[in-house]
Amino acid sequence: MNAATLFGLCGAALVGIGLYGLITNPEPLRKILAFNLLGGGVFLLFGVIARRAAVAGLGGDPVPQAMVITAIVVAFAATAMAIALVQRLGDETGRASISSDSSGTGDGEEKS
Amino acid sequence: MSIASVFDVALVALILAIGASTILVRKAFAAVVMFVVYGLLLSIAWVRLHAVDVALTEAAIGGGMTGLLLLGAVARSRSVNVGGPWIGRPARLATCALCALVVAGLAIAMLHPPEVIPTLAPTVMESLPQSGLGNPVAGVLFVFRALDTLLEKVVLLLALLGVWSLAPDRAWGGMPGLHVYARSDPTLIFLAQLLPPVGIVFGIYMCWVGAKDPGGAFQGGTVLAAMWLLVIVAGLQKAPAIGRLWLRGLLVAGPVLFLAIGLAGWVFADAFLAYPAGYAKPLIVAVEAALTLSIAVALGMLAAGPPERAQQQ
Repeated sequence: MNAATLFGLCGAALVGIGLYGLITNPEPLRKILAFNLLGGGVFLLFGVIARRAAVAGLGGDPVPQAMVITAIVVAFAATAMAIALVQRLGDETGRASISSDSSGTGDGEEKS
Repeated sequence: MSIASVFDVALVALILAIGASTILVRKAFAAVVMFVVYGLLLSIAWVRLHAVDVALTEAAIGGGMTGLLLLGAVARSRSVNVGGPWIGRPARLATCALCALVVAGLAIAMLHPPEVIPTLAPTVMESLPQSGLGNPVAGVLFVFRALDTLLEKVVLLLALLGVWSLAPDRAWGGMPGLHVYARSDPTLIFLAQLLPPVGIVFGIYMCWVGAKDPGGAFQGGTVLAAMWLLVIVAGLQKAPAIGRLWLRGLLVAGPVLFLAIGLAGWVFADAFLAYPAGYAKPLIVAVEAALTLSIAVALGMLAAGPPERAQQQ
């Protein structure tokens, strides 16, 4: 197994880990964190594809690399927006969870 | 096994362990710290994949800036009731199985690459000398896929507009409240006085060198933004009110110059975002310089968050 395949498997596992956190954790901030983790895995898969396409004395195909740079910046912009939304939600409702009230055991004192 | 492959295996194991602990650890603060470490480790993985430009971006924006944003958010949400109910064990097991399925699908795709791998690298290298740039990634960003880069700046501005629009009415046009630390200690103030001169020179260097070697407007802009935020967090300088004209001018300067040169391409080089022959490199460097400033201000204001206090006259 070469290095590119190893990092490819790492990226695949990171996508799984991020997805698990995104689904199971009820806190919005932790969901944003998990989504960024997932994104990092997807970017790594892209990097492996770029690395495999290396020709002409280059370390990798520059086109996917440039796209990943753009993607990282856009992911940051989306994260900033998401965090601002979560904070405003917290300011308005005083809650840091988006789980439904009926199953509430921890944050039941707030009525939405 | 060579030393390089031992290093790779150890790096992958570390990334996966840190990634998993980011999800599993109980405290949000610890999770964010883990996430920053994850970003830095991931940038080492990018170096191992021979993508130094991406490594710089990941370390600066993916780890650093996102980490700062999340730290600020965690610090603010302390007072809020955190820790809702987790989903039950059966649902968690089902999620686990689903995620394993996704991982297996991706892993199979990774283990069986196509016979002939499609690549645009030869085309890029063939056309790169016409632009006068030496860094193929910068060539893709500013020549071959310039529209992506232009729209990405617009996305940054749109995100900033979105963040600002979340401000309460009374604070509109006021100053962002950046609460990462409750009070600044002497060490932080000392660092905020010591680092910015070095950091500003380094940021400008990264922007300048991006035409030839790894680096560029994004990475340089992030370093400048980090220096600015350091000064604000240490309390040496207040975050500017979002209504300030100079602030808004700086924010749009880069994209507007990029767009103007792109439109001029229709007249002088018969295509939108095309550069006239022989002038490509000076134009690109000018655009990069303006973009670096705009990116620095946009990233800084995104990290500072929506305005909270009305502007004092």
